[in-house]
Amino acid sequence: MDVELRPKLVGQRIKRFEDPRLLTGAGRFVDDITPPGTLFLAFRRSDHPHALIKSIDLGSALSVPGVVAVFDATDIENDLRPAIPSSRMKGYYATPLWPLARGKVRYVGEPVLAVAAESRYAAEDALDRIQIDYESLPFANRAEDAVADGAPLLHEDAGTNAIVVRSFGRGDVDAAFAGAAFSVGATFRLRRKTPVAIENRCYLAEWDKRRSALTLHSSTNIPGVIRDVLSDCLDLPGNRLRVIAPDVGGSFGSKGSLYPEEMLVAVLARKLQRPIKWTSDRLEDLASTSQAFDEIMQAELAVDADGRLLGLKADVIGDIGAYSIYPWTGALEPVQVVSFMPGPYRLENYQARVRGVVTPKAPTGPYRGVGRPAATFAMERLIDMAARRLGLDPAEMRRRNLITAPEFPYRSASGIIWDRSGFQECLQAACDKANYDSLLRKRDEARAEGRWVGIGFASYAELTGIGSRISVAPGMPINTGTETATIRIDATGSITAAFGIASHGQGLETTLAQVIADELGCRIEDIEIQHGDSALVPMGTGTYASRSAVLGGGAATLSARVVRTKVLKAAAHLMELPVDKLVAHNGIVSAPGSNQSITFKEIANAVYAQMGRIPHNAREDLVASETYDPYFGTATSATHLAMIEIDTGTYGVTVTRYVVAEDCGRVINPMIVDGQVQGAVAQGIGVALLEEVIHDDDGQIVTASLADYLIPIAGTMPPIGIVHVETVLPPTQGGFRGMGEGGTIGAPAAIANAVSDALSAMGIEITTLPITPDRIFQLITQQGSLPQ
Amino acid sequence: MAKTYVSATINGESAEFLCETQQTLLDVLRDVIGLTGSKEGCGSGDCGACSVIVDDRLVCSCLMLGVEAEGKSITTIEGIANGDTLHPIQQKFLEYAALQCGFCTPGLIVATKALLDENPNPTETEARYWLAGNLCRCTGYDKVIRAVMDVAADMRGEKVA
Repeated sequence: MDVELRPKLVGQRIKRFEDPRLLTGAGRFVDDITPPGTLFLAFRRSDHPHALIKSIDLGSALSVPGVVAVFDATDIENDLRPAIPSSRMKGYYATPLWPLARGKVRYVGEPVLAVAAESRYAAEDALDRIQIDYESLPFANRAEDAVADGAPLLHEDAGTNAIVVRSFGRGDVDAAFAGAAFSVGATFRLRRKTPVAIENRCYLAEWDKRRSALTLHSSTNIPGVIRDVLSDCLDLPGNRLRVIAPDVGGSFGSKGSLYPEEMLVAVLARKLQRPIKWTSDRLEDLASTSQAFDEIMQAELAVDADGRLLGLKADVIGDIGAYSIYPWTGALEPVQVVSFMPGPYRLENYQARVRGVVTPKAPTGPYRGVGRPAATFAMERLIDMAARRLGLDPAEMRRRNLITAPEFPYRSASGIIWDRSGFQECLQAACDKANYDSLLRKRDEARAEGRWVGIGFASYAELTGIGSRISVAPGMPINTGTETATIRIDATGSITAAFGIASHGQGLETTLAQVIADELGCRIEDIEIQHGDSALVPMGTGTYASRSAVLGGGAATLSARVVRTKVLKAAAHLMELPVDKLVAHNGIVSAPGSNQSITFKEIANAVYAQMGRIPHNAREDLVASETYDPYFGTATSATHLAMIEIDTGTYGVTVTRYVVAEDCGRVINPMIVDGQVQGAVAQGIGVALLEEVIHDDDGQIVTASLADYLIPIAGTMPPIGIVHVETVLPPTQGGFRGMGEGGTIGAPAAIANAVSDALSAMGIEITTLPITPDRIFQLITQQGSLPQ
Repeated sequence: MAKTYVSATINGESAEFLCETQQTLLDVLRDVIGLTGSKEGCGSGDCGACSVIVDDRLVCSCLMLGVEAEGKSITTIEGIANGDTLHPIQQKFLEYAALQCGFCTPGLIVATKALLDENPNPTETEARYWLAGNLCRCTGYDKVIRAVMDVAADMRGEKVA
């Protein structure tokens, strides 16, 4: 068969190699590992939002059987340096990160002291016997209060609570608004949420006295970043500090930052010279794992009489919580809200200001979609509000404004360069897949019966697979733009491919093997993918920001090609044929047109184990280590279409139809992409309808269990239809675009638009998410249009 | 603290262990017996990651004490497959890629087993609400539900079109 016509593995629904172990309970998560002699930590956390620590009385804590030691900040002061989430951004204040509160607490849930004991039970029993006296300090609980002049400061050294301030401007916004037919605007509010990976965070550190070396098993998706920062904090070189992320039970961003508990287990393993483990419980997770969103977005859109977008103004306050998170900084979420607000649309005039404000709440950090769910919520609502004003169909409104094929590459009003992606095509595909005209008829029939049914769209574009041209987080001085793959064929002919990425549900052990098998010409079952270990490659930052298929796949491609060339050269010697006559496929090198062939195993044996089979001055190890840098990123685009019904008695919203049409370039494994999209949409539906971290006026967290903080369940999730649109392949290696986050970007806006559509007869526009039954009730009663 | 002697059947084999009275069954399974397949996601019965079958009842092992296992028969995720041969439920989850990070998966498999033991012919709504106590954050449940409906049909000897 012609080489080009041979079936490729990329594009196939290959069953995941991860699954047999995970399906049988043989997965190995950090908490499944307990070396002999392990001590378990339990934390006493602040129950004050803002207070000075006046005194700590250990009482009889140390007399609880099994308790070994208790530590507060003063006990470890000389054991480490803090982590500083620095940024190149002007006027930014980096809050230092220490493992335990030093003299002052800044949110309910902040770790104050830790008990180390022979069991978690003993450690927790000891916590109850410790008395901490606090002196309460004034605090501003809401971001809009914290940003005001004279508000109590959380970090006195910063001199302000607004530790991030940035402005964008392009074109002449005032002229655009002056010349507009009309404008629409509102203050949008995306409430605080928390990621809720089902595996809670867990860290296990072991000190190797013989080598003076530390191994940290961490439920992290950035093991390389953690290695690098702890190297500085602990003053340990990288060859004596290894961070391993074994099976990791989901992250969605929550395990993509450095945590105080993570630092402390490392410090104490060295200090006590015993294995130290801490496993979060769910209460601690809901109180202290990085949270997300929490924005107030004042936005206004100017439109001409034909519905064309003329100008956009945005003023955003992001409530970033008590600390700027390492390494992403508190700029990550709010700055991206204004960066992405112009969306996938043709829009030349834009003016925006953003302030990231510290408040006494758990730090916010990366969460699936970062900034774009909020930006898309505001912009897509404005698009629908403008369409309603014009009496224009929302699909047609988008069609008129989405960037069209000839306009790419398009520089957005905030400076993002969109490469060609299916902006228009996804809109059309979503309408076709859902049979939009028939949905409209069904909606209108339902309304005629007095039911509250609505349809909503959301179109968005995001930058994925970002290379070294820009940092994933604005101003962050860490290189997030490269990844390395080391591929080697050993003397037995088996293949190992090692990466700096850290798969935690994405199925990268499968998709990267598909890429390598195609490029190297080996059998997929001969490949072992290694990842989630800082020792595998010199530098790798991990899996986040929809980057691993693009960067990991790109590095895999480059390395596999080098190894294939070496395999073919060795085979050429063994077969006594010119190298350009040979092809590799399925683990066999053959010469088309002849019946000569040799297996990879035979080649490896000849290269490594047999002296003289290959001339000594031509012999090369069958290894390669290449690094890929896509330099720019590439645009992934999509349109979501949701149909919802509101129960007229309970005001509960049910999603009855959901369709996603996305362009993620070449699909490596459709089954895996479907899973990413469906899972992300479910989280987006959670954002839209359920999920909200609530603090009361005293700064206490009210949503402190999974009975109070609700996430989507099987009973209420709709089936999710997906169309993969492949327009033009992007210039990334392999033509891949990232698709890990998009579902969560589109769904909140699509649902918000659908609910607004359902309530349009009452003149209600949704401006706050989540849309709980209580909020719908409030909106309807405020309008005075409560039906009988 | 004095430990309590407990005799039970775990995955079809008789098991004897010593545990502290306050230890949950989940902690006993994981830390005393070494069966780490059952997971703790919440410790309060909200997430189902620790699901086990106790005398034909689906139970959150984080809500039961180890000492309460006395005389009971317990099936954990480690007891679902037949040696190296996956149970049809596991095989179907594999075919549909009905798992992603895999942390909630042991609980989902055990809960699906309990569902089909009790009701071999569930409607989709029945399956969705039976599994409503098993939180999954990765899949959006779509592939999970399709795998469950498909394997139920297989196990009834039907072929789903």
